[in-house]
Amino acid sequence: MSDSTQPAAVAAPRRQRRSRATRMLHSPMFFPLLGFIAVFIIMSLVNDRFLDVSNIENVARQGSVIGIIAVGMSFAIFTGGIDLSVGPVMALSGTLMAGLMAAGWPAPVAIAAGLCVGSLFGAFNGFCVAFGRMPPIIVTLATMGAAHGLALLYTGGYPISGLPSWFAWFGRGSLAGIQVPILIMLLVYAAGYVVLHHTPFGRYVYAVGGNEEATRLTGIRVPRTKMLVYSISGLTAAIAGLVITARLMSGQPSIGEGFELDAIAAVVLGGAAISGGRGVVLGTLVGAMLLAMLNNGLNLMGVSSYLQDVIKGGIILLAVYIGRGRDA
Amino acid sequence: MTAVLSLEHVSKGFPGVKALDDVSLTVEAGEIHALLGENGAGKSTLMKILCGIYQPDEGTIRLNGEARHFSSYRDACAAGVGIVFQEFSLVPWLSVVDNIFLGREPRNRLGLIQRARMMAEAYELFDRLDIDIDPEIQVHRLSVADQQFVEIAKALSLNARVLVLDEPTAPLTPTEVERLFKIMRRLREGGVAMVFISHHLEEIFQVCDRITVLRDGTYVDSCAVTETDHDALVEMMIGRKVDNIFPPREPRNTNAPILLEAEIGMKHATHTDSLTLAKGEILGFAGLVGSGRSELAMALIGAYPTRVAKIRLDGREVRFRSPADALDAGIGLLPEDRKRQGLILPFSCGDNITLNHLKQFYRPAPFLSRSREADTVDAAMDQVRVKAPSAETPVQSLSGGNQQKVVIARWLDRGCRILIFDEPTRGIDVGAKSEIYALMKRLASQGIAIIMISSELPEITGLCDRVLVFSHGRIVAELADGEIEADTIMRHAVTEPRRDDVSQPVTEDAR
Ligand SMILES: Nc1ncnc2c1ncn2[C@@H]1O[C@H](COP(=O)(O)OP(=O)(O)OP(=O)(O)O)[C@@H](O)[C@H]1O
Ligand SMILES: [Mg+2]
Repeated sequence: MSDSTQPAAVAAPRRQRRSRATRMLHSPMFFPLLGFIAVFIIMSLVNDRFLDVSNIENVARQGSVIGIIAVGMSFAIFTGGIDLSVGPVMALSGTLMAGLMAAGWPAPVAIAAGLCVGSLFGAFNGFCVAFGRMPPIIVTLATMGAAHGLALLYTGGYPISGLPSWFAWFGRGSLAGIQVPILIMLLVYAAGYVVLHHTPFGRYVYAVGGNEEATRLTGIRVPRTKMLVYSISGLTAAIAGLVITARLMSGQPSIGEGFELDAIAAVVLGGAAISGGRGVVLGTLVGAMLLAMLNNGLNLMGVSSYLQDVIKGGIILLAVYIGRGRDA
Repeated sequence: MTAVLSLEHVSKGFPGVKALDDVSLTVEAGEIHALLGENGAGKSTLMKILCGIYQPDEGTIRLNGEARHFSSYRDACAAGVGIVFQEFSLVPWLSVVDNIFLGREPRNRLGLIQRARMMAEAYELFDRLDIDIDPEIQVHRLSVADQQFVEIAKALSLNARVLVLDEPTAPLTPTEVERLFKIMRRLREGGVAMVFISHHLEEIFQVCDRITVLRDGTYVDSCAVTETDHDALVEMMIGRKVDNIFPPREPRNTNAPILLEAEIGMKHATHTDSLTLAKGEILGFAGLVGSGRSELAMALIGAYPTRVAKIRLDGREVRFRSPADALDAGIGLLPEDRKRQGLILPFSCGDNITLNHLKQFYRPAPFLSRSREADTVDAAMDQVRVKAPSAETPVQSLSGGNQQKVVIARWLDRGCRILIFDEPTRGIDVGAKSEIYALMKRLASQGIAIIMISSELPEITGLCDRVLVFSHGRIVAELADGEIEADTIMRHAVTEPRRDDVSQPVTEDAR
């Protein structure tokens, strides 16, 4: 259609962009970053050791396990779902890698097997949610217990040790001066970002969270999308399992308890709507690092761990309160 | 005599848009005042300001001559202003009375809800409106029309002296519109001042007393209904004449190859319906709201449970388990309810439009090229003339009619061979309507087969090559060429008259 027949208002340039300031203010990253900077400044004021380069690196490394899990959790939450099984799935994948290596399997095969099992476990969650049409919170609550049980069954309840010493590289090594867990975390975030923002699948993730019925009617395969989302969540949990097992140099069946809550907190602190459809994965990174910074700073200050939990809870509530207007 | 309601020099801006610029409106007691204008002219915004939902940047609201300030919808209600929103606002799983009194239930001294009092008041309201609805029934079980009446009852329940009706007739059939008008006339006799918004100009001449026209957020003119006519109104609204809203009729190509043959039996029905669709034809589904048209359309694309679904495409048997299967075969559906079934509300206009054909924008698969996406979006938005500051505007902040245009734009240039449009022009203004009709004709002339479900008879008679009339969940007549007339269609649509027929779910109809 020619432009000449159009009323003036319609002919306005479509690609006109909002001013940089309003774009920043409306970005879902705005409040998470603001919170991050605020906590950063407070922590560096009350603690002179906080700003040491080695301590900053510590913060990032300590946050990496939750950070990696939170990527998969972001996918689930963006679709309007949730994955409570991530902690035990992490433990299950980690112990499996450890067990296979201790049994003499070649390490790459053992690692691949662990990652596969994590993804398959996620796929099972996805299958129940997508095709069984069960609520994700119930499905993953059930499989959370099941995964923990499987990990205990597999190990007989004892930690598995005797791993090849070079395996520690994944948890303690460094590459180009950066610790490997941090590198792995950044890689996972980069992949998550590309998938969410530069592929059709990523768009479907947000669409399902924004309006599932409309997404289905418009011809998107919603069940397939959900299957993939929970598989990704299982995979990132398994990657976290790799890191933590290598860090501890043993397969611990009961590790990861409560990790799902920290991961959810990271996603929410990152500005996502718990009802789905809104959020960005880089916000989740900010949220995860914010949590890690709080842990680290409060430790340095010698705050008791009980009190730490209270403070963290308060900060999460505050963050959700500040961001709530955009959750309408 | 001072006017019951006067809005003076109201202005309101949103980021990137000046929605209202120095607009005034005066309504007397016992007057039905039409507020007209194109999509995005600012009608809903003005009414939301009146009801305290938005705050004006400038201007005054006067009730009975007294300047008022409403900081919330509750404030406005308390002052005697009621509104029936453009989009439904009832809670589907609550009963009718619970909806009417939601948030302000009468309580006794213990703080418990006085249900008997609520029921009594509800009956009194329904008596006043002369409607017959069971107050205990859950809202989602009511027909759209009855839901609309419940909305009105709710708006009136606080003794509103000013009642705003924002496109109340959009989802109603002609008979239901008549019922609504009866209620409105009753209220007018009772001295209620009403503001009535509609894109159906003939309705204006049936019930309204005065008219105010807005264009692009500015005040154009006010006059009495008797001083104007249809064409003059259109010109006031869009600033130019629209001669023929429907494209010229062409003789039907009776030799066109059959594209689709379908035999569908709904899950809980005992009968089956069959239909055929030829290449390049526009097939109308006519009938009352709730007569099973949308369900059949949904069943065609695999979105509704069926007992039998034999579908042949180009003579080959196909099976659709989901709308995605149908889309793969080149069949797309534009659903009836844009908010619930059509739009991804948190998405921008552009992302809504490209959602189901993202694969066209692969740079190398599976990565998307944003710039190619933007080009397509711009072209599609221009074709249906979506009025929005940019393609990145959240679809949520568009006016109702412009949201509908976004849903339509999604199906343009999709490469679909069959398009099913369920009430495509709901909420769309006169000028844009004629463009959408032209667009549909153009699609058909390219060989795309179109099924159009519509409750607007002129649309069916003006556009369709063939019409299937539905009643009580089944196809009762097939009309072609000269037989397509409003009277004939209505006669078939009301076969088997039965009270309250529209409130029965179709699936329970097959006895
Ligand atoms: N919440 C909002 N945020 C931003 N812009 C808005 C918002 N609400 C309305 N607008 C803009 O204000 C203008 C007027 O919208 P309004 O809904 O009043 O139109 P309308 O006359 O009711 O149109 P329609 O006939 O399509 O319902 C439109 O350009 C719309 O995009
Ligand atoms: Mg409107």
